[in-house]
Amino acid sequence: MTVGLLNDWACMVLMMIGLYTVIARPNLVKKLIGLSIFQVSVFLLYISMGKVSGGTAPILSEGIEVYSNPLPHVLILTAIVVGIATLSLGLALVVRIGEAYDTIEEDEIIERDLVND
Amino acid sequence: MIDMHLPILLIVIPLVAAPLCVLLRQKTLVWAFTSLVCLAALCMASMLLIRVLEEGVVSYAIGGWIAPWGIEYRVDTINAFVLLLVSIIAAVLTFFALPSVADEISGKQHYLFYTAYLLCLTGLMGITITGDAFNVFVFLEISSLSSYTLIAMGRDRRALTASYQYLLMGTLGATFIVIGIGLMYMMTGTLNMFDLSQRLPAMFETRTAMVAFAFLTVGMLIKLAMFPLHMWLPNAYCYAPSVVTAFLAATATKVSIYVFLRFTFTVWGAEFVFEKLNLDVFLIPLSLIGIYVASLSAIYQTNIKRLLAYSSVAQIGYMMLGIGFVSLAGLTGGIVHLFNHALMKAALFLAVGCVVLRLGSSDLADWKGLGRRMPVTMAAFVLAGLSLIGVPLTVGFISKWYLILAALEAGWWPIALLALLSSLLAVVYMWRVVEVAYFQKADDDLNVKEAPLMMQISMWVLTGATVYFGIQTDLTVNVAQRAAGLLLGVMP
Repeated sequence: MTVGLLNDWACMVLMMIGLYTVIARPNLVKKLIGLSIFQVSVFLLYISMGKVSGGTAPILSEGIEVYSNPLPHVLILTAIVVGIATLSLGLALVVRIGEAYDTIEEDEIIERDLVND
Repeated sequence: MIDMHLPILLIVIPLVAAPLCVLLRQKTLVWAFTSLVCLAALCMASMLLIRVLEEGVVSYAIGGWIAPWGIEYRVDTINAFVLLLVSIIAAVLTFFALPSVADEISGKQHYLFYTAYLLCLTGLMGITITGDAFNVFVFLEISSLSSYTLIAMGRDRRALTASYQYLLMGTLGATFIVIGIGLMYMMTGTLNMFDLSQRLPAMFETRTAMVAFAFLTVGMLIKLAMFPLHMWLPNAYCYAPSVVTAFLAATATKVSIYVFLRFTFTVWGAEFVFEKLNLDVFLIPLSLIGIYVASLSAIYQTNIKRLLAYSSVAQIGYMMLGIGFVSLAGLTGGIVHLFNHALMKAALFLAVGCVVLRLGSSDLADWKGLGRRMPVTMAAFVLAGLSLIGVPLTVGFISKWYLILAALEAGWWPIALLALLSSLLAVVYMWRVVEVAYFQKADDDLNVKEAPLMMQISMWVLTGATVYFGIQTDLTVNVAQRAAGLLLGVMP
């Protein structure tokens, strides 16, 4: 039982680290790192959910009766792909922002926009 | 035969068409192909709505895997209505897109624009049509990722930061939704919405149910830009290319509101959400505060796109207010307003798009004397603006009428009064534009022509629709009433 809760705690701790980084860091790349950590914590939540105690990997073979639930794994495969797409799109945007502003620090970008107005 | 597969074709055709755009490459060819696909989607969505109104719920099992094991597409009155809305807007906007995109986006990116446009359409229709909770997330990300790309195509460099900001907020929102869905799956072992609605009531007493609902709702409220979670919206609408602004303003937030309705009423059930958790106690005040704060912010804007974006946040407040009443009249008002606001906001943003094409600016200061320079465009702007205020004979009046009726029916006359008074704020911010455009003289004497015919046509189709559906209310109100009845589990 305690082992099960350990996963949940890890998930929550990672989630909060990610969320905090997104909110508190002014660097756009660091924000994206935070966002990724935040998303990964959810992967952990799903995968822990699929674990059946005593069960093995869901591959059909003789002599094995108990399997883990493969559905959350499949769902998370989709979510991982989405996560990669989001991260790469975000990084591409940061590259373009870097070219346009010569900086990727949020406060400096805001400053430069104010000067322009 | 083909009739049977309508629900899946509606999604697959634009999805397959999107990568084909990359292969076609040639500007006009890609555009013609995109409009063809959007028109096909419009035809299919109309056929689907007619079929749903005649036969009731249409269910489609993908790959022959019967629900709840397989993914089910489930179309009833409400999502058929939203599908029709999304496809109408997408089809009308393609005609506007040709000249507008040629002006605002560099030639090398045109085919990418249409690819992202079709993907966004696929995502939005997928969210609407699916009956599977996890599938909602997948389509949500398809539409969100393509809309980030579309926004970043704006000319101003601030479009990039706006898109980045939206990416952060959108991903946080979508991830919250996934957490909610995951917890729901954990409790019930199913992802099918109908199946969830059968199994969830047994879990209502657990804390997991509360947490799942909280994550899901906050995620959806971020996506639909409910005050105070709307911070991503004004910048995104302001710096995106004109077509994109009109498209997103008319469809993206509306589809998110549909998702909110679907999860709140169909999956969780009004009893749990509004009687046990009392969501309305927090929804109604927040909607009202949102209406006032956003309308007041709109009054002080100097950029017209941003002004209209804040007005969108306020109008979302009206829709959520209607939903918060949890009555037949309130929901009808909310759903009718969802449709009506999409029409008028798209018309307004298209009018702005026409001006941006000719003047290259959506700053209020540059609009001096525009009433004489572009009389046709400004006439459409004023007409759609009257609708936004809620003047009789326009669609805006119909939705406000139902909302106020719902408030009076519930005996909450102060809320009815506040909703009425807030219309005055809309008068103020629309008047600011009218005042500058009609009563001030232009600084220079450049010769400004009207926008090209194709842009005028799409703009007037939508503006005409705001008047047509303001007089001929049978279709919209009837469908909305049936949808509201379906959500509440009572037949009107």
